Amino acid sequence: MSKTETQTKKSTKKTAAEKPAKAVSKKTQPESKIAELQHGRERKTVIMQGNEAVSYGALDAGVDFFAGYPITPSTEIAEILAEELPKRGGVFIQMEDEIASICAITGASLAGAKSLTATSGPGFSLMQEGIGYAKITETPCVVVNVQRLGPSTGMPTSPAQGDIMQSRWGSHGDSPAIVLYPDSVKECYELSIRAVNLSEKYRTCVVLLLDEVLGHMRESVTLPDMGNVRVIKRIKPTVPPHWYKHYDENQKYLSPLASFGEGYRFHVTGLTHDQHGFPTNKNSEAGDMMSRLRKKISYNIRDLVQIESYMMDDADIAIFAAGIVARSAKAAIAMARYEGIKVGLLRPLTIWPFPDVAVRKMLLNVSTVIVPELNQGQLVNEIRRLTKDKNESDIVRLQKVNGELISPAEILQKIKEVI
Amino acid sequence: MANIPLKVVHQYLRHDKKFPHVWCAGCSNGIVLGAVIRAIAAMNLNRDDVVMVSGIGCSSRMPVYVDLNTMHTLHGRAIAYATGVKMYKPNMKVIVITGDGDCTAIGGNHLIHAARRNLDLSVILVNNNIYGMTGGQCSPTTPHQALATTAPYGNIEPEFDICKLAMGAGATHVARTTAFHVAEMQKHFQAALEHPGFSLIEIIAACPVIYGRLNKKGGAPQMMKEFRDNSIPLTAVEKLPPEQVEGKIIRGTLRQEIRPEYTQAYADLLDRVQKMGDE
Repeated sequence: MSKTETQTKKSTKKTAAEKPAKAVSKKTQPESKIAELQHGRERKTVIMQGNEAVSYGALDAGVDFFAGYPITPSTEIAEILAEELPKRGGVFIQMEDEIASICAITGASLAGAKSLTATSGPGFSLMQEGIGYAKITETPCVVVNVQRLGPSTGMPTSPAQGDIMQSRWGSHGDSPAIVLYPDSVKECYELSIRAVNLSEKYRTCVVLLLDEVLGHMRESVTLPDMGNVRVIKRIKPTVPPHWYKHYDENQKYLSPLASFGEGYRFHVTGLTHDQHGFPTNKNSEAGDMMSRLRKKISYNIRDLVQIESYMMDDADIAIFAAGIVARSAKAAIAMARYEGIKVGLLRPLTIWPFPDVAVRKMLLNVSTVIVPELNQGQLVNEIRRLTKDKNESDIVRLQKVNGELISPAEILQKIKEVI
Repeated sequence: MANIPLKVVHQYLRHDKKFPHVWCAGCSNGIVLGAVIRAIAAMNLNRDDVVMVSGIGCSSRMPVYVDLNTMHTLHGRAIAYATGVKMYKPNMKVIVITGDGDCTAIGGNHLIHAARRNLDLSVILVNNNIYGMTGGQCSPTTPHQALATTAPYGNIEPEFDICKLAMGAGATHVARTTAFHVAEMQKHFQAALEHPGFSLIEIIAACPVIYGRLNKKGGAPQMMKEFRDNSIPLTAVEKLPPEQVEGKIIRGTLRQEIRPEYTQAYADLLDRVQKMGDE
């Protein structure tokens, strides 16, 4: 039996243990695609859309609690999990709004669940306070934000990358963030698992950013067999309850997490708190708590950062792009290389914490950086920050916010303009 | 924590933690907390299996003092967090401590939907008719014409009847009493904890320092006397002429009915779905 299956069985037991229902038998012939993939799955290739892949990933990572509210273009994730979670003994609940959704997944996580919600722009805005609560209370959970265009209602079925900064700074009060950004359906699956894993490991709210186009685009994906899915579970305390500290400082900032009902009877609050979780007004303890939140991320940056470097070895020009824009960039690079132009791509899979060191190093030897993005300038400012040695004119912006993608031809044109 | 006196409440408090508490002298929150603890003790609940969730406000500071699984959450969202806990661990008793502003203003949406679902939560709503923690702004239950810092010329809004609101939304166990009627309060809490479904207990509470001072209610003793003299049990209401009921606080169990409970409905759904898989 693989690791994941053991995990799945266990979590099924946890909820199903509350009532006499038996766990889903593994040998059954399930009707749906996902169920088929879940049961003793072998490596196989399927065609699916990004939102489906996120759902698969979540299930493979052991997510057993989903609370959400319908919103285009993320709704498919809720629909799929509404169908699949009950089969596995997990919980699906449609809440009254997005605020309630983030609250419910945080509450469930404290009760022991691996939890996830999915939303889009307006819903993501509503969730910000709850995301802050999950961060300050160091409660694992995952928020999938399938981005759409514009402030307010905007264009619900059009792509944009307007939430890059919101996913970093959206919640009030200066806290670090872990945000992942896939560029293909395959990566939707992989980063969905990784988001759940990182949330469990670092005890925080991890955001998975998707582009609308990616959420709805169908591609072929080769899913690994279940034995090759690496699933991380939160560390459980081994100390007796009266020794337990809900926020233990001693363990590389990765401290064990008890759940409600396990005898530890801890307290959780959104107020600044001491290591036991009790509210404090002492400046030293408040400072400790804030720096702990920061160090947890900054001390583990190597584990968190993932970056793809594509044809950068001999590149004179670098394109820095994330998500679906990087796909256009790769096509543009192929065209440019055909014409003998040396251009490469840098693509962050982990967009926050920003891969400062790697990006600075990789951009050292290029003359020009082109930053195409579906917003009015968010990533480009990070690149500016990291390339102080370059002239303003060497950082080229390519921005589009009319609901269309940036085409390879547009990027190619930009490349030709700068050589 | 050397010699702990042998009172029930003392066995449930977190002695070595964050006392003294934050409440003003004369506040009703301590009375409510005492009754909650005595109800839990009387029912002999395993405290590992009790979760106390609160929002933001004076009453919502309650969980930190009690040795249970406790959670002090966002303003208005206690019921939403409690929903997550209860759905994942249906066998745990989930108590929600909330106030009039927390539960019926910013958190009104969660209240009505949890009531509609008939999720097995015991909501204890301490209604002091004002936002105490922020210094006396008017809340949805501030009486018409009463003074508040944001209603310096008298409140022009009509007030919520919280119990009617909960019943309208589908709550299956609804009761009301005042901070003066302590024994009654404990009985209501026990009934709520035993009730399989959504229960809401409204406690009419005194905020002598802020609400009382603004509205010239005298001190805490006078407000308690008012609760005693100005409230009538539900059983007596029918016998009294309507003019004597007018303006009185009606105490008692206003609704007690059985309707399918949400976690049970979900367990049934799991059963059904998993049987489909087996066929």
